[in-house]
Amino acid sequence: MEAKPLWLLAELTYKCPLQCPYCSNPLDFAGARFRTELTTEEWCRVFREAKALGVLQLGLSGGEPLLRPDLETLVATARELGLYSSLITSAYRLTKDRLAALKRAGLDHVQISVQAADAELSDRIAGTVSHRDKLAAYRYTKELGFPLTVNVVLHRANLHQVEALIRLAELLGAERIELANTQFYGWAFHNRDALMPTKAQLDAAWQVVQRERARLGTRLEIVWVLPDYHEQFPKPCMGGWARAYMTVTPAGEVWPCHAAGRITTLRFETVREHPLEWIWRESEALQRFRGESWMPEPCRSCARRAIDFGGCRCQAFLVTGDAGATDPVCSLAPHRPVIDAAVAAVERATAARIAPPSLTYRAAPASRALAAKE
Amino acid sequence: MNPATSAAVPRLHPKARLQRDDVRKRDVLLYPEGLVTLNPTGAEILGLCDGVRSLADIVATLEQRYGASGLERDVTSFLEGLAAKGLVLYGG
Repeated sequence: MEAKPLWLLAELTYKCPLQCPYCSNPLDFAGARFRTELTTEEWCRVFREAKALGVLQLGLSGGEPLLRPDLETLVATARELGLYSSLITSAYRLTKDRLAALKRAGLDHVQISVQAADAELSDRIAGTVSHRDKLAAYRYTKELGFPLTVNVVLHRANLHQVEALIRLAELLGAERIELANTQFYGWAFHNRDALMPTKAQLDAAWQVVQRERARLGTRLEIVWVLPDYHEQFPKPCMGGWARAYMTVTPAGEVWPCHAAGRITTLRFETVREHPLEWIWRESEALQRFRGESWMPEPCRSCARRAIDFGGCRCQAFLVTGDAGATDPVCSLAPHRPVIDAAVAAVERATAARIAPPSLTYRAAPASRALAAKE
Repeated sequence: MNPATSAAVPRLHPKARLQRDDVRKRDVLLYPEGLVTLNPTGAEILGLCDGVRSLADIVATLEQRYGASGLERDVTSFLEGLAAKGLVLYGG
């Protein structure tokens, strides 16, 4: 069956006032590859072409999408096309007037990140004083009648706050809270040994989630994104490579997810040079891991291949250097010992009370320094 | 959740939006991070959930439109399914 995309994540800019050390943006976000951002007209064309291909859900993300002064225009275009739009934001310096303008333009849903339940820890993780702005923006979001998702990335420094975070979302009147255990790509992969929690931390947090789900029912949806290094089988990443999902980067490259640009053995095409339809259907990079014919053993003959699609190509590349390898988090993968070693090292260091390594915060100077080193 | 009575007035949760999917030639209900695929009857029922009509009104309208009777159970169970997902609310 021909793959028709349902989801488009539009990364409008990689500029961001926050500096979270687990950012999923590329390590070299400040480099030449991403410098020339798409214009308003180019984005509107991307939205039209995406809709014609079958996209119905649009994520407006970044970096910080509020930094685009044309955001209202982009939202209005999405609405005209019938796309369901979600703003995925840090809410840094977001005013009620701006949010009201986005509402008038037709924005459907607001997702605001928070780094921890209290201001001190949240601001420390964000690297920027921002918690107060977030609390104000949550209020504006509800006052304006938007559905609200509270987004939290979980790691060893904030997993103990899962209950407080759920209570915060409940108090705010949010419809959803997304508790996303850190997936190790981008800056999070670079900072992996500092961010990775212990098994005991994860188990305790999961107990809380189950208890709170039972208490809250449909009042607040609690999404728990699995910590895949601690799982037995890989996640069904993006529902399979280039099957239902695409990301367009600030400079117009089309990726099957927001991490794939890191796979240096693939050449990703841009909407500046090709129609989106051709890139989705024909380009080599998006065809490369579509379906099952690329699969090596043990995936090729595995009964789970229709469940997890061989897992994540980006993780395979980051950990093994081969994007076509079985996802190394799979217990059947030849590279699973690499994952086990990373998990065990954190357990050992924690047991011996050795402090985790220091974090590299996501910022343009660090990005340029890391890119130069590579 | 108690089953809705025929006087209850169903309406879409404000977070949900009915949308035509031209590419796949079907109607869908879109909401944060998800969607429900609708068959033509489902889309028609939701089209009647205007926050004014009661469940009884909706059933009567459909029965008249199709010259059918006994649709109440199907309509109710369809809407209950969406209510369980938090996509339909009842006033009354």
